[in-house]
Amino acid sequence: MTGAANALLGRRGRNVPWHRSLARLLIIAAIAFVIVWVVFLAAGTSAGPAVKAPSEFLKSILNALTISGIYFIVASGFTLVFGLMRTVQMAHGSLFLLAGYFALEYQLDFLGVTGTPDRGIVGWGDWWLPLVIGVVIVSGLGLFIQQVFLRWNQGQDLRQALITIAISIVLGDQMIQHFGGVAEPITMTHEIHGYVNFAGIRYGIHQLFVIGMALGVGGGLWLLLKKTRTGMVIRAGVDDTPMVQALGINVQKVFAVAFVLGSALAGLGGVIAGSSVTTLAPGVDGQWLLHSLVVVIIGGMGSLGGAAAGSLLYGLATALAPVYLPTDYAYYSIIATFVILALVLAVRPFGLFGRPA
Amino acid sequence: MILSLLGGRTGGAAPAGGTGSGDYSRNTRRLALILFVALVLVGVFQGITPDPFRHYFVDVVLTRSLIFGVAAASIVFLSAFGGMISLAQTLMYGVCAFTIGNAVTTGGSKGLNLGWNPWVGVVLGIGVTTALGFLMGLLASRSSGLYYLMITLAYGVIGYYFFVQVTVLSGFGGVNQVRAPDFIGEPTDATNPERLFYSSLVVAVVVYLLLRYVSRTPFGLALQGVRDDPVRMNSLGYNVAMHRTWAFTLAAFVASLGGVLYVWEQRAIAPTAINLGGILNLLVMAIIGGVLVLEGAWLGAFIFVALENYVRNVVFLNNFIEESRFRTLIGAIVLILVLACPDGVVGLRKVRGAAPLALIGAAVWGVFGALHEGDRGAIAGVIVGAVAGIGAAGLVGWLAGHRDTARGVWSKLLSTGRVPVRN
Repeated sequence: MTGAANALLGRRGRNVPWHRSLARLLIIAAIAFVIVWVVFLAAGTSAGPAVKAPSEFLKSILNALTISGIYFIVASGFTLVFGLMRTVQMAHGSLFLLAGYFALEYQLDFLGVTGTPDRGIVGWGDWWLPLVIGVVIVSGLGLFIQQVFLRWNQGQDLRQALITIAISIVLGDQMIQHFGGVAEPITMTHEIHGYVNFAGIRYGIHQLFVIGMALGVGGGLWLLLKKTRTGMVIRAGVDDTPMVQALGINVQKVFAVAFVLGSALAGLGGVIAGSSVTTLAPGVDGQWLLHSLVVVIIGGMGSLGGAAAGSLLYGLATALAPVYLPTDYAYYSIIATFVILALVLAVRPFGLFGRPA
Repeated sequence: MILSLLGGRTGGAAPAGGTGSGDYSRNTRRLALILFVALVLVGVFQGITPDPFRHYFVDVVLTRSLIFGVAAASIVFLSAFGGMISLAQTLMYGVCAFTIGNAVTTGGSKGLNLGWNPWVGVVLGIGVTTALGFLMGLLASRSSGLYYLMITLAYGVIGYYFFVQVTVLSGFGGVNQVRAPDFIGEPTDATNPERLFYSSLVVAVVVYLLLRYVSRTPFGLALQGVRDDPVRMNSLGYNVAMHRTWAFTLAAFVASLGGVLYVWEQRAIAPTAINLGGILNLLVMAIIGGVLVLEGAWLGAFIFVALENYVRNVVFLNNFIEESRFRTLIGAIVLILVLACPDGVVGLRKVRGAAPLALIGAAVWGVFGALHEGDRGAIAGVIVGAVAGIGAAGLVGWLAGHRDTARGVWSKLLSTGRVPVRN
């Protein structure tokens, strides 16, 4: 975070132009205002000021962590692919939704029911197995997309983006045909159910489970990237692909692994989100593509730490804005997203942890 | 596709991924223009006759092509002269349409219902959109390339959710019963339906001339310098960020003109028009036309709108693809074009064998379409056949390229025993 803090405060080795420092001052003022508003004022909001209603505040923070966790799972796949291959995976949201749909179909198939099943009959395997199937199918599809459509265009960034856009159009339309237009949820297993009492608030175990999954994914990715040979090659590829290639490493294999991993993370996010925070419906793919984009624009493309920071910031905004905006304006929470995006772009055009291409 | 009809070798041995309309010879661009002008003239001529198909062709297909072409031209302008792919242009015409809708409507169930004069609404809409374009352009101005694409996509999708959530201005259903100026007439008025067509034609011509003019002004030339080498332009004393900002502002202005026409045509504006699907539609038009040639914007818009309207008349495919699966078809077409002919239909001549194959495909499919489905089938058949021809040429070229690669690998294996490093 020191890099971001330095940037915010203008601590740099060179003179910063006045409008840049003005932008920084404005941001610091905005952050200070938000904190003061949430902690002390918060007049006419549904939650009330944090000093008067600490349990509401704590609950909002936990909600923010939950949604941040899913944002992180999805966006880390997006940022991994972009960082290594400079490919903007515009079909990321489609893979997210497709994995959710496959998991839903297999779950209903295992249970032998139509329509949303009662939570009580959904056992451990009726949730995990569809999750694995959905993730595996989507990973395979990702591998297919990468090998057939993207591999021989490596280096032509824009063309790859357009190819994945075309794929997302076809996938989105086919999903409407096969899975219909009705919003459906995946049912979480009844073993991850119930509430814990936590400093005076009731908090859903499934939400804690989502946070745990996100931490697991983050830790796993960190171990993979920092401690294994594959991760070492991926990091080297991010920095200097031609050099890695010249050392005799099969870069194509690394690209394929990274793309499969990115697709699997989209699928994992899709199944988890589909059973906790969203339903599966047409248009959800675009929504989660937006979430991934916002997270990586805030955090910086190609950086895992950036994805974590970006999803935390974005999750806080999306969870706190509806409850801490005045009640009449609670539906305007999308503006908070835009404000964050604008503020970050004003001082760090490549995101908090990003660097120029 | 019909370019090859007119013969004459055009130059253009541009490197793959080359930018700038300078790569296209004047001939190619002129042919695209002639083709579209011919279509419009056909429309003008046919608009006089009372045949219902022809009225539909002019009043809906050609009019919408002109309107969307204006908005798509703003994408092409930014990418061809500024090197920026903007996905916010749909939002820009949406903002203009929503501003007009709120300003001029009276007694509607949604929106502010200010009930102002339609012309005041037009001025306000264009002004608001241009100002917003300046602001958003300024925020994104230090990015370029893929970052620009992602930032503007985020703008576009956030804008969609803004209009869905803010019920004071729109809400999910949007603003209905938007009034147009008197000279356009009422939508139910069957006597002069082509007034909107002529208005759109005038706006399209003005926009085309304006963008061409701007690209030759000192600002336009500097913008192309920024596109090619921002670092050098910066060291020469040009303000790179401000050039991008002003280009984006101009594009927002152009897109707002499209928004004015759009809201006059639809008499309503809903957030669904500017959702991710709407954003991609406009980009698809630009890609089909060739995202680097201004004239291609209207051609791409025509191909898109014609297919959208006549998708059930595509012979051979209409057994497999229902009408509601239009997006699958258009996605497949974009995929084929991007893979086989990345410069769109305007860049057809750069792909070996694509022009004759496209012509053959268009002729065969067009004739079958005409026989089975009449005029609509002919139009749809020509388009789909040409794309199929381009795809076939791309496939053949790809296979041929791989034969060479395979041979090269084989011979090197035999001679040195080492596998060459491939990229």
